[in-house]
Amino acid sequence: MALLQISEPGMSAAPHEHRLAVGIDLGTTNSLVATVRSGVATVLADELGRPLLPSIVRYHADGRVDVGYAAQAKQAVDPKNTIVSVKRFMGRGLRDVAHVENAPYDFVDAPGMVQVRTAAGVKSPVEVSSEILKVLKLRAEASLGGELAGAVITVPAYFDDAQRQATKDAGKLAGLNVLRLLNEPTAAAIAYGLENASEGIYAVYDLGGGTFDLSILKLARGVFEVVATSGDSMLGGDDFDQRVFCWAVEQAKLSPLGPRDMRQLLMKSREAKEYLTYHGEAPITVRLSSGDVVDLSIDTETFCNITQTLVRKTLGPVRKALRDAGLTVDDIKGVVMVGGATRMPQIQRAVAELFRRDPLNNLDPDKVVALGAAMQANVLAGNQPTDQDWLLLDVIPLSLGIETMGGLAEKIIPRNTTIPAAKAQEFTTFKDGQTAMSFHVVQGERELVADCRSLARFDLRGIPPMAAGAARVRVTFQVDADGLLSVTAREASTGIEASITVKPSYGLSDAEIERMLRESFEHAKEDVHARALAEHRVDAQRLLDATRSALAVDRALLAPRELEAVENAVRALEQVLTANDARAIKQATDALNRATEEFAERRMDEGIKRALAGKKIGSL
Amino acid sequence: MHNHFDLFGLAPAFALDAAALERRYREIQSQVHPDRFAHAGDAERRASLQWTTRVNEAYRTLMDPVQRAKHILELHGIDLGFETNTQMPAEFLVQQLELREELEGAVTGKDAEALDRMRSELAANRKSLERQIGEAIDSRKDYAGAAGLVRKLMFLHRLDAEIEAAYEEVE
Ligand SMILES: Nc1ncnc2c1ncn2[C@@H]1O[C@H](COP(=O)(O)OP(=O)(O)OP(=O)(O)O)[C@@H](O)[C@H]1O
Ligand SMILES: [Mg+2]
Repeated sequence: MALLQISEPGMSAAPHEHRLAVGIDLGTTNSLVATVRSGVATVLADELGRPLLPSIVRYHADGRVDVGYAAQAKQAVDPKNTIVSVKRFMGRGLRDVAHVENAPYDFVDAPGMVQVRTAAGVKSPVEVSSEILKVLKLRAEASLGGELAGAVITVPAYFDDAQRQATKDAGKLAGLNVLRLLNEPTAAAIAYGLENASEGIYAVYDLGGGTFDLSILKLARGVFEVVATSGDSMLGGDDFDQRVFCWAVEQAKLSPLGPRDMRQLLMKSREAKEYLTYHGEAPITVRLSSGDVVDLSIDTETFCNITQTLVRKTLGPVRKALRDAGLTVDDIKGVVMVGGATRMPQIQRAVAELFRRDPLNNLDPDKVVALGAAMQANVLAGNQPTDQDWLLLDVIPLSLGIETMGGLAEKIIPRNTTIPAAKAQEFTTFKDGQTAMSFHVVQGERELVADCRSLARFDLRGIPPMAAGAARVRVTFQVDADGLLSVTAREASTGIEASITVKPSYGLSDAEIERMLRESFEHAKEDVHARALAEHRVDAQRLLDATRSALAVDRALLAPRELEAVENAVRALEQVLTANDARAIKQATDALNRATEEFAERRMDEGIKRALAGKKIGSL
Repeated sequence: MHNHFDLFGLAPAFALDAAALERRYREIQSQVHPDRFAHAGDAERRASLQWTTRVNEAYRTLMDPVQRAKHILELHGIDLGFETNTQMPAEFLVQQLELREELEGAVTGKDAEALDRMRSELAANRKSLERQIGEAIDSRKDYAGAAGLVRKLMFLHRLDAEIEAAYEEVE
């Protein structure tokens, strides 16, 4: 790894160097990586100049892994070991996966998330996704010539907590410092808004390979504010392929197909679908393993008929988002089309009809999400001058709640709440002397818990025995800027506190991630300790940079004694930074973090005062 | 408890200069938002998360008429949350029952236009209630009287949520 630069103690922050940061669109069908170079966002291509990476992963028995075009080329000959559209399985149980019967995999119904048995062992969707991310990370590092400081990974806006958690885990597993999970339509709006200097209310209609999102944003100079979002995380171009596939099976009166034939016919169905975007009729020709040949032709009218319900399924969420935002179609200044599946003429027509205006297609629907993510990564890495960056306000797509008596879901944080957000609610005991309470955290809009997604269950124990209804248990939901939830429960009526913090159960525990990392490094013959040391150094360096620039601006906020304490902690960390002792670096980093807590608080207060003071002067 | 108006440097009043609030909200957010601290240390990131959360909560409260009114009443020592079983005027309750019957009718008849109609009538009723609340709080300082009006407004909000849910069944 590159040598870290250390400035002289006590010196103010050096003009900070450009941090390498990328935006990654981890798509159902295609993935991309982009970065901002000399102020311009660009997609990074592979060594053959191809910008897209097909989101396909093939496992070999000897542990080798192919990702992208190489895997794509073999999907029909090795369907069981070649995973396509893995994004559809992220954070999903076997029960939730659509078209299981038409997917040529050996599914394993693991608790929490479905897994797939391959020649290289059982793989979780998180592991499969991390293979895609690793390739993009390598591509970026090769093309930028250095280690990445961080990455923004995009997710469908309608992804729930389990799916987000799984995506973030995949990032960590790929060795990425995930700066933020960014909603795909929001990323598109950033790219579109900056490019066109748009102001006003815009809708983003994003129909990709596997997911559908509809977001409504208010764009103003320097602000991107999501007002409402809606969608269907199980609806995309893949479903149109499925319709053509089923139609072909019926027309050709095929008996149930084996995995290879199934994959072949699916590929041909997709080709036909894409061909129909530009032609009135498309051939579907497949030679089956039995030697029989399927030879069909599908015309535009038939295709529109068999996919009509899918098109209509996207319009409900559009109307819902408009209602949630308290707007009508007349308030919308433009509809930005994103995702390969919006190329289909029937989609264009349906959107134009609903919004009574032609949708905006003046950007590359394949790349816009990655470009927007790169721009946001550049801001988060601190590369953008503060007077040229922007404020991004996003929302949670689905309500978060808790199960109450009778299997009902009590909403704690409603959908479309701006994040970060927190909300607390008090609960009490049901029986005399009850010393424990069970909580069940759910996500969704329906009243019955059974119709919502279950995120986590946890027990709070050690409540002192009291009469029924006397205990006061305060449950706090906190959603962070990634849209990820954590829950705290605390009993406080008697002054005795029993408290518990949970992360929803779908993600991997830190220990699991560490184990997977270790295994993958053993495989790659890389040294885990070297890796840990490098990571701790990066963290330490980041904290040192941040502390130095904070001191340079706001040292006046600290009393001499406090300043001395912070400076001592800085020096202590600087001293251990060059030694090869990961633990010492970690400890000194933690110590500096603790030493700057009060300082951080005061800086925030100061920021707020500045904002208000600035306003008063401005409005005089 | 926090006075949400203070956070934005505004005087507590039901009548709201929404544009000014929005401007201040954005100015504060651009100082404390986690995006500003993605590359900072743990302490700053935590402080940023806490502040942004609080600013969002305050903004949401003030932007919503029911929550704003409740907040002002709470600042004057009237907590609507503790008085859930206060009797509403019979006439008002009858009216609410009739509206709910109308809603059921629209759902069984799969009548989206009826829902649209109900929504716009409801919006007009809400506006007029909000005007009355503004007069009670800002001009007459009649907080007890305002509390009764706010309770009515809460009923209308609930009905609006039910209409919203009904769309899903109708579509
Ligand atoms: N010309 C075309 N006509 C119809 N569909 C097309 C065309 N080109 C691409 N598609 C479809 O677009 C989909 C892929 O779009 P895209 O690359 O935007 O998805 P993704 O980003 O991988 O998925 P998601 O955003 O859902 O995770 C596929 O279903 C593909 O068949
Ligand atoms: Mg996409």
